[in-house]
Amino acid sequence: MSEQLDAGLIAEQIAESDQLSRPSGAHEVGKARRRKEDARLVTGRTTWTDNIQLPGMLYVAFLRSPMAHARITRVDTSAARTRPGVVAVYSGQDFADEQGSLPCAWPVTEDIVIPDHPPMAVEEVRYVGEAVACVVATDRYKAADALEAIEVDYEPLDAVIDMTEALAEGSPKVHETGNKAFTWKFAGGDIDAAFRDAPVVIDRTYVQQRLIPTAMEPRAVVATTDGETFTLYSSTQIPHVLRVMLALTTGIPEHKLRVIAPDVGGGFGSKLQVTAEEVLGLLITRRLGKPVKWTESRTEGNLTVHHGRDQLQRISIAAGRDGLIRGVRVDLLADMGAYLMLVTPGIPILGAFMYNGIYKMDAYDFTCTGVFTTKMPTDAYRGAGRPEATFAIERAMDELAHELGLDPIELRRRNWITHEEFPYTTICGLTYDSGNYEAATDRALALLGYDKLRAEQADRRDRRDPVQLGIGVSTFTEMCGLAPSRVLGSLSYGAGGWEHSSVRMLPTGKVEVVTGTSPHGQGHETAWSQIVADALGVPFDDVSVLHGDTSISHKGMDTYGSRSLVVGGIAVLQACEKVKDKARELAAHMLEASADDIEFAAGTFKVRGTDSGKTIQELALATFAAHDLPDRFEPGLDADATFDPDNFSFPHGTHLCAIEVDTETGATKIRSYVAVDDVGSVVNPLIVEGQVHGGIAQGIAQALFEEAVYDSEGNMLTTTMADYLIPSASDLPDFTTDRTETPATSNPLGVKGVGEAGTIASTPAIVNAIVDALRPYGVHDVRMPCTPERVWRTVIAAGETAWVGPGLAGNTGGTAEGNTAWVGPGLAGDTTDRGEPGTAGDRTDWVGPTAAEGTEAEGGDR
Amino acid sequence: MIPAPFDYVRPASLDEACQVLGEAASSGDDVKVLAGGQSLLPLLRLRLAYPSALVDLGRLPELRGVEDRGDHVFIGALTTHDEVLRSGVVRERIPLVALATATVADPAVRHRGTFGGSMAHADPAGDLPAVALALDCVFVVRSGEGEREIPAAEFFVDYLESALEPGEVLIGVKVPALGPGWGFHYEKFHRTAQAWAIVGVAAAVRRSNGTIEEARIGLTNMGSTPVRARAVEAAIRGVSIAAAGSNGAHDPVRDACAGADEGTSPPSDLHAQPDYRRHLARVLTHRAIGVAGR
Repeated sequence: MSEQLDAGLIAEQIAESDQLSRPSGAHEVGKARRRKEDARLVTGRTTWTDNIQLPGMLYVAFLRSPMAHARITRVDTSAARTRPGVVAVYSGQDFADEQGSLPCAWPVTEDIVIPDHPPMAVEEVRYVGEAVACVVATDRYKAADALEAIEVDYEPLDAVIDMTEALAEGSPKVHETGNKAFTWKFAGGDIDAAFRDAPVVIDRTYVQQRLIPTAMEPRAVVATTDGETFTLYSSTQIPHVLRVMLALTTGIPEHKLRVIAPDVGGGFGSKLQVTAEEVLGLLITRRLGKPVKWTESRTEGNLTVHHGRDQLQRISIAAGRDGLIRGVRVDLLADMGAYLMLVTPGIPILGAFMYNGIYKMDAYDFTCTGVFTTKMPTDAYRGAGRPEATFAIERAMDELAHELGLDPIELRRRNWITHEEFPYTTICGLTYDSGNYEAATDRALALLGYDKLRAEQADRRDRRDPVQLGIGVSTFTEMCGLAPSRVLGSLSYGAGGWEHSSVRMLPTGKVEVVTGTSPHGQGHETAWSQIVADALGVPFDDVSVLHGDTSISHKGMDTYGSRSLVVGGIAVLQACEKVKDKARELAAHMLEASADDIEFAAGTFKVRGTDSGKTIQELALATFAAHDLPDRFEPGLDADATFDPDNFSFPHGTHLCAIEVDTETGATKIRSYVAVDDVGSVVNPLIVEGQVHGGIAQGIAQALFEEAVYDSEGNMLTTTMADYLIPSASDLPDFTTDRTETPATSNPLGVKGVGEAGTIASTPAIVNAIVDALRPYGVHDVRMPCTPERVWRTVIAAGETAWVGPGLAGNTGGTAEGNTAWVGPGLAGDTTDRGEPGTAGDRTDWVGPTAAEGTEAEGGDR
Repeated sequence: MIPAPFDYVRPASLDEACQVLGEAASSGDDVKVLAGGQSLLPLLRLRLAYPSALVDLGRLPELRGVEDRGDHVFIGALTTHDEVLRSGVVRERIPLVALATATVADPAVRHRGTFGGSMAHADPAGDLPAVALALDCVFVVRSGEGEREIPAAEFFVDYLESALEPGEVLIGVKVPALGPGWGFHYEKFHRTAQAWAIVGVAAAVRRSNGTIEEARIGLTNMGSTPVRARAVEAAIRGVSIAAAGSNGAHDPVRDACAGADEGTSPPSDLHAQPDYRRHLARVLTHRAIGVAGR
C-alpha cells in the first residue's frame, strides 16, 4: 500500500477505473423519465419525520381546547405529572415568558391588526383545537393517556363563526381590537364609468367553503439539542424560511439552529407554515435537554393544520350586449380564522390580480376585508387565492353568457386576449408574457366532442330526462413562479422570491446539485437531474439532488406557488452554465487553445474543427488533482447561482367537462373531463401529467366533496375522514389531458410551473357544468360542495318557478313553459291519489325534483 | 392510533373464547370481541370506546368459511368480506350477499373486515345488516351455556346494539337460499366509494309472468337499526314489473314504493337530513326493485 495518498495518484486510479463517468449526448429535458425518488418514497425506505428515532427520545402530546372561545381560568397539571412515564407537563403559563408569538410575514396594509399569537394559549382560547397544555412522556401512548388527567377550567365566551356576523355591530369580539384585520384595495381604470349605464350587469355572490388540506403525511416534528446547537426535523415545505422565523421567535441564534425537512409526504401549502408545535418542540427540548417528537393524529390535523379558502366573494361584471366586458368589481370577505399565521392575510391578495382572468377590460376594482372568527386560521392551500379568483370570474362568465343567450365559449372568445396580443399588460398591471388561449380551447373542444354533447343536452332537455346533462367550461390563467422579489416587496411581503442552487462536479465525474427548493412529492430530484444532464452533458443517473437541510442547502426560499421549476430550476441551470464556463476555461488551457475556440456539445469540450477534446468528467478530475490549472483558477468544477425572476409566469389552459345530474337524487356523475394545459416547455411530461391529475382531483374535491364544517358554537364537525370526504381514484373519472406549448419568455427554459394549474381550473368547470345541467329549472348557482343533497334541494327550491325551458337563454327569450313546475317524467303520474293523509308534508319532495308542496295538483306539463 | 390501555386475550379455541367471555360477563367487565377490527379500531382510536379487554377471535379457523347446507348457506362469522365475494356458493346461492358485500368500503377493508363482525357491530349504516334482515337470516350464537339461534328480525336491537348477550359470541349466519324465480339487487347511495351508505336498499324480488309475486326489502341507514320496508312489500304484490322505470308512463311500481320510508326514523348527519333520506329511500327502492325484478 502507498505510504501516502497523493491526489495525483488517486486521480490516476480514478482515470483508469470504470468509475470515471462518460459524457452523455442524450436529451433528457422533455423525456417522460420515471421519478428516481419514487422507489424509496413509495416503499417507505426513507426518512419520514415520524420514522426518526433518537437516543433518549421523549414524546409530546398536546391537550387542545374543546371550546371555540373561552378564558382559561385554571390549568391543573399535578395529577398528570404522576401518571406513568410522564416526564413533564406544561401549560401555556409555563411558556408565557419565552414562547413569543407565531409570526405573520405578510402585513398587507399599514394598519393591519396582527394579534399576539402564543404557540400555547395562556389566557384565552380562540378556536377548537388550540393547544392549552402538553405532556412529555417516555412513549406516545403514555403521553396521550396522561392528557386525560390534566384539568382545565374555562369561562366560556361567545363564538363567532360567520364572517358577516363577525363584522356586524355588537358581534362577539375574537380579539379586543375587533374582528376586522384589514381592508385592502386595488383598482385599475375608471370602474364607475364602466358600470355607469352598462347594458348588462351580472352581480353574484359565491361561497368559497373552508377546506382542510389533508396531505398524506401528517405533520410531525422532532427537536433535539446537544446543549448548544439545535436541530429541528419537521414535515415542512419551508426549512429555510422556518429556520429564520424560528430563530426570531425562540431566540435561538440562527447559526445554532439547523432545520431539516426529511422526505415530506405532501403539503399543498399546509406545510408552508411556522407552527405552534415546531416552536414548542424546540422550547421543550431546550428545557429538558432531550430529543422530543410529536406526530399529529388525523383528527388533530383536521382541527389544527391551517385551513384553506373560506371566502365570501361578491363579483360584478359590467358588459355590453355584445358580451364585451367593461369592468369587473370584486368585494371579498376573507376568513382569517382566529389569528394571522405566516401568510394568512396575503392569500386573498394573491388572488386580487386574477379576477380579470384571461380577459380584456377597461376597469377593475377589488376590495378585500380580512375577518377574524373563532376558527382555525386559514392560510395557503394549493393555488392560494388564485383558485378562488378563477372560480368567481369563470362562474360569473357563465352567468353573463346565460344572461346574453351566448354560448359560454363564444363569450370567452370575444373577451380573451388573443395570441397576437402577447405580451399583454392586464388591467391589474401584470404583463402576461405569452399564451394561446385559442389553441388550448380549440383542442379541448375537439377532445370533449363539445358540439355532440350540446346536441345530447338539448335532447335530454326536450325529453325532460330526469338525468340532465351539463357542460362545464373553465378557461383560466394563473400567476405563478413566485416571485419577483421587488414585486413581493411592493406587496409588503416579508421576504424575497429568489432561489438558489449549487452544482458541483465530483472527482469521479458525478454531479451533486444542491437546491433551495424543498420538494415534498413534486419530483425535483428527477427534473433537476434532467436539466443538469442536458446542461452538462452527463448521464441522468450521474446526478444527485440534495435538498431540505439548512446545513446542506444553506440558502433557499423553498417550495410553494408553483415556483420550484420556474425559479429554482432556473437557478440550477444558471449554476450549470457557470460550471461550464469554468470547464471551458480549463479545457482551453489543457488543449492549448483559446477559450473562444472551444465548442461544447454532449459533455465534451473540443477545439473547433478538430477531434481534440476533453470530457467534462476529465476536466472535473483534473481540477481535483489541480496539478495543471490556469493561473488563478480555483480548483473544483462547481458554482453557485441565485435567480430572481423578472416576472411571474402565466400557465393557462382550458378545462371542459360533461356532468350528468340525476335530478331525482341530486347525484352528479362526471362523464368526461378534458384538460388542455399550457405550462410552457415541459421538462418531464410524466411529472406534468401527475401534477395535472392530482390538481384536477383536488379541485373536483372542492366542487363536490370537501368542506370543513363548524357548528354555531364553533365545534368542528368534520374531524375524521368519514365526515370530511376526500375522493379517491374510484370516485373520479378518467381524465383526458393534452397540452399546448407556448414557452414562457421570462426564463431560459420557457417553463411556467404546473403545481397548481389543475386545482385552479377544475373547480369552476365542475360547478359550471352542474349549473348548466340545471339551467332549465331556473337554477343559477349551487353552493359548493355540490353534494347530492344540496343539488336535490336546489332543484326542489327552484321548483316554484322552475322549468324555464330547454333553450340556453333563460332571461332573454320568453319561454312558453316559463312558470309551470315540471314534476319530471314518470314521477308525477299519480301523486294525487297515492298519498295517505298525514304524511303529505314528508313526501312533497317525492313528486319530483321541482315539485314543492302544492304543486302536485297542477301536475306540470306532461 | 393511540387507544386507551386495554388487556388483550387471544383464545385458541371457541370453547376458550366462550369461557373468557363468560367470565367477563359474570364479573361485569366491559370486554369487546375483536374480529377484523375495521369498525372497532376506529372507535378505539377516537377513544369513543374504552373496553377493559379485547378478545381476539383471529385464531379460530373454525369460524371461517362458507358452507352450502341446501336450503341455506352458512357463513362463518370470521369469514372476511373478500372470502365471501370469492365464494362461488355465495354468488350462486345467495347472490344478494355478494352484491352488497361488493359495495363494502374498499379492497383493503374487505380483506380484514368480517361478515360476522359487520353483523355483530349492528351499525344501521352497514350494508350487510339490511341484507340479513331482508333475507330473514338466522344468527347462530354460542356461549358457555350452549348454542341458540336468533332470527334477523330480533337480532338488531338498536344503534350499534345486537341481541347478543354478554358472554355470547356470534359463530355464523344462516342465509336462506331463495329458489328460482328470485332476482336481487343492492342499491347503495353514497358520496364516495369508501363512504357509508346515505341510504341503501337490499331487494329480493320473486316474479312470475311479468308480475311481482313477492318482495323483501331491507333498508340501510334509515333508522337506529336496519329496517324492512313492509309497506312496499305489501303494496308491490301482484304489480306488473313491465312498466317499472319507463319514462313518462304510469308506473305502478313507483306508486308501490311511495311508502318505502314508512316506519323509518332516518338519522340526520352532515351528508343528509331525514327528509332527504326518506326521499332517497323511495327513489332507490323503486330502482332496486326495477333491477331485481328484471
